[in-house]
Amino acid sequence: MSITKKDVLHVADLARLALTEEEINLYTDQIQRILSYVEKLSELDTTGVEPTTHTVPHKTAFREDKALPSLAQDDVLRNAPEAERSCFKVPKIIE
Amino acid sequence: MKYEAVIGLEVHAQLLTDSKLFCGCSTKFGSDPNTQVCQICLGMPGVLPVLNRKAVEYAVKMALAVNCKVNHKSVFARKNYFYPDLPKGYQISQYNEPLTEKGFLDIDLEAGRKRIGITRIHMEEDAGKLLHGEGIEDANYSFVDLNRTGVPLIEIVSEPDMRTSEEAQAYLRALRDILVYLEICSGNMEEGSFRCDANVSIRPVGAEKLGTKAELKNMNSFKFVKEAIDYEIQRQIDIVENGGKVVQETRLFDSAKGITASMRSKEEAHDYRYFPEPDLLPLFVEDKLIEDCRSKLPELPQQKRERFISEYGIPAYDAGVLTATKELAHYYESVVKATGEPKLSSNWIMGELLRLLKEDNKDVKDCPITPEAIASLIEMVKKGEISGKMAKEVFEDMYKTGKAPAEIVKSKGMSQISNEDELGKIIEGIIAANPENAERYRAGKVQLMGFFVGETMKATKGQANPGVVNKILKQKLG
Amino acid sequence: MDLTSLTIHELSEKLSKKEVSSVEVTNAYLKRIESLEDRIHAFITVTPEEALKAAQAADDRIAKGDKITPLTGVPISVKDIFCTKDVRTTCASKILGNFVPPYDATVTRKLKEAGAVILGKNNMDEFAMGSSTENSAFYKTRNPWALDRVPGGSSGGSAASVAASECIASVGTDTGGSIRQPASCCGVVGLKPTYGRISRFGMIAFASSLDQAGPFTKDVKDSAIMLQALAGFDPSDSTSINTEVPDYSSFLTGNLKGLKVGIPKEYFIEGMDTDVEAAIRQSLEVLKDRGAELVPVSLPHTEYAVAVYYLVATAEASSNLARYDGVKYGLRVNDTGSLIDMYKRTRDEGFGGEVKRRIMLGTYSLSAGYYDAYYKKASQVRTLVKNDFDEAFKSCDVIATPTAPTAAFKLGERVEDPLTMYLSDIFTISCNLAGIPGISVPCGFTKDGLPVGLQILGKTLDEGTVLKAAHAYEQATDWNKRKPSI
Repeated sequence: MSITKKDVLHVADLARLALTEEEINLYTDQIQRILSYVEKLSELDTTGVEPTTHTVPHKTAFREDKALPSLAQDDVLRNAPEAERSCFKVPKIIE
Repeated sequence: MKYEAVIGLEVHAQLLTDSKLFCGCSTKFGSDPNTQVCQICLGMPGVLPVLNRKAVEYAVKMALAVNCKVNHKSVFARKNYFYPDLPKGYQISQYNEPLTEKGFLDIDLEAGRKRIGITRIHMEEDAGKLLHGEGIEDANYSFVDLNRTGVPLIEIVSEPDMRTSEEAQAYLRALRDILVYLEICSGNMEEGSFRCDANVSIRPVGAEKLGTKAELKNMNSFKFVKEAIDYEIQRQIDIVENGGKVVQETRLFDSAKGITASMRSKEEAHDYRYFPEPDLLPLFVEDKLIEDCRSKLPELPQQKRERFISEYGIPAYDAGVLTATKELAHYYESVVKATGEPKLSSNWIMGELLRLLKEDNKDVKDCPITPEAIASLIEMVKKGEISGKMAKEVFEDMYKTGKAPAEIVKSKGMSQISNEDELGKIIEGIIAANPENAERYRAGKVQLMGFFVGETMKATKGQANPGVVNKILKQKLG
Repeated sequence: MDLTSLTIHELSEKLSKKEVSSVEVTNAYLKRIESLEDRIHAFITVTPEEALKAAQAADDRIAKGDKITPLTGVPISVKDIFCTKDVRTTCASKILGNFVPPYDATVTRKLKEAGAVILGKNNMDEFAMGSSTENSAFYKTRNPWALDRVPGGSSGGSAASVAASECIASVGTDTGGSIRQPASCCGVVGLKPTYGRISRFGMIAFASSLDQAGPFTKDVKDSAIMLQALAGFDPSDSTSINTEVPDYSSFLTGNLKGLKVGIPKEYFIEGMDTDVEAAIRQSLEVLKDRGAELVPVSLPHTEYAVAVYYLVATAEASSNLARYDGVKYGLRVNDTGSLIDMYKRTRDEGFGGEVKRRIMLGTYSLSAGYYDAYYKKASQVRTLVKNDFDEAFKSCDVIATPTAPTAAFKLGERVEDPLTMYLSDIFTISCNLAGIPGISVPCGFTKDGLPVGLQILGKTLDEGTVLKAAHAYEQATDWNKRKPSI
């Protein structure tokens, strides 16, 4: 499969990356090369093969439903680039 | 051409667990912003989710209540998108392999019963809240409160089986009643603990193929759901009639204007890039858990309604009203047990109690009247100690003060005069004072009976037992 | 006596006999860090105050005769990927800026509880993405054996700090070889346990289904000590394994009689550095001398592992790194006042080139229309890779291979060519895909005097046998005792 510059722009948009023209060209080229490399997977017939997403031979552990203390509000907000009124402040969302 | 609407609903219900789906933070509603947040729900680097067992049990209960198949293995998946209320940049949800699927719910309509298919119920975490400031200086900002982030939700997806807004409303109410009966969701639409999106399309009556659908959002009451769907159906019919084409989009309901409006299209189409959540292993639900949940299922609203009709012989309408909540149904049954009078009990509760509770915006839980008090009130009326009209007055006092009816009747001097000797003397006096009317009555002007009853009531300040008064008057004038 | 030349077990004995104090040793390491750091750059953050406090606490315990662990008072370091409460944690990224976590990673907490002295946070490739530590947003770490060469990566700071004796041991992470490959490059012991053996909680995620923490040490015995301290189920990590942790020291018998060592033909390929190959061939003979039986095995899907890895790891990474959005912590670039621009500008400035490239690749492979061809296909081939190991382990107990096809390469040599860089991990990646444990032990030097590593892979949860084989090999050689002259 080949990737176009338009694909790269779309992906950059999905990934929320403001790439420079130079980066876009570079990534189009590099991702194309990587994709050509991974193309070798299509040599293999994987019909009916279960995908592996976990290698751990166990099932999900549960927590009991018990409310525990949260972080202090100061600790929640202390790393925030901008905080106001006990909230994280962000540029307004325009739908 | 005639059109029919095709409606499917997606309902999000917040589960009433004490802690969040993947961390120990409290789920309490209405706390100060960002006070129920920890490194996990805040999505700080390196944190990991651990699944709340009770949330799984609640979801399984709901599944069983709406006849869904519970999958022994289900898989959590990440739904990826950027939004400030979504701290990790993805929502942990379920996608290809949901916890439960393929159920149904029967709804009761005027035209009869209708079965609505349920496609699936899956588990996911709630997002946070965006607050918008009031002042001019806030115009360019939003404020993020993450208290709600990670609160457990189930999403209940219906088949597109509904054809009218009434059906949609009935389905939604039935769903909410079940959730509330199961005590797994508060069902509060205003607080957002029960939310509904609707997929609406139209097609010519008789057509098989589905039309292009619009997804309606922002309907936070049953009334708005109906209004939004009705508006949308008409909007789509108008488009098609005028030769246009409905476009697939998300539309927000504007309750002030009563219309749906297209969300100004985001800068791109959504591509959620779902993939299995690597931080959680597959969820295995064993038979034991399912059977435990099944054995703990309470009687559901529809079953209860049917039982009330057959067991108590009350009309379907009464049964519907009385089973609106589990508490009310329980109260009614306690009253019946105390009075032995199903219909009279229903009348008192539906006619008087619910009116009073509604005026005060209160719940049956807050009702100070014990079932025994209602029983003794009904008994007093039966014995003729008070009139039906008086009883209503007494009932109001019972509601306000929590006192026993006998006490109220006594303190207000309300008891009815039924003593024939006592009333006989009073009536003799009245006849003696109105000889002309007595004469005319005896001559055949029977309408004058009303006059004499009225005079008797006046003389007894309304406390005379009307039955006894009639009987004595007939004797004395006859 | 040079206090910084000791192993954990040697120091621990001296501490408990009160021959030295932890404060003395800690000061010796801090001094060495100070004198070497401008050449090695193995640390992003050094925490002398916290370290000396912990050292004093350890000395107090020892003085009082309180219960101690083999790590009490032992100065170590951790990769800057582990969250440390109230100490800046950067993951070598500009986007985390001055992020100060209000919590400890389980690894950090366990080390603290064991009484270890944490000297500081090691440099690494940004978000553990790289094989050379050249992708750090701060500076490039140098290989103590040759300052113009890379220490390997992504845990290059950890490997270099142990090799340069700036600490006695370190904890790194391994997603596709990020412990074993730098251990090989720096001539130290690096262990990647079974996926899920050590908790990932508080360890900043790169690729969640592959990431695993593990120790860098000066010998195998120390590796067993570190693993003992870190292994075990953690209720905060659903993917950590809930089974008993064996006594790893009991495996270190030095005797390999009856042990079957699988030699996979796919790992002895054309293009492998001849010095590396010679060192490995020789070390296999050593294993034989120790009583092991060498058996040929086949891992036929090895050639697909790198492709699988770069699809799976980048897909998971693209999602794991979505949280760095300028809202809650870390860098924010907000020059236009629009939310979308804030996201995009923050992430563009905050992430380095390699990270962005991987986010792009991962986003692409998960996006509509490509999921089946890339992510799903890769996950299926992952199953085949895993099955290869299951099959091979039917006829052997451990598998021995080179850790990397070449010794440490020169700084800048592979920066321009991501694919060649990715192929540095060709021998280490399969192990992560299968979730099995693997170790790299020093097994010789190239003609240029660069260390070479022998990789020993084991069955799921069988770190004991891996350590046993590595330890027996080490007993017969002295490669691990050689020190770089810096």
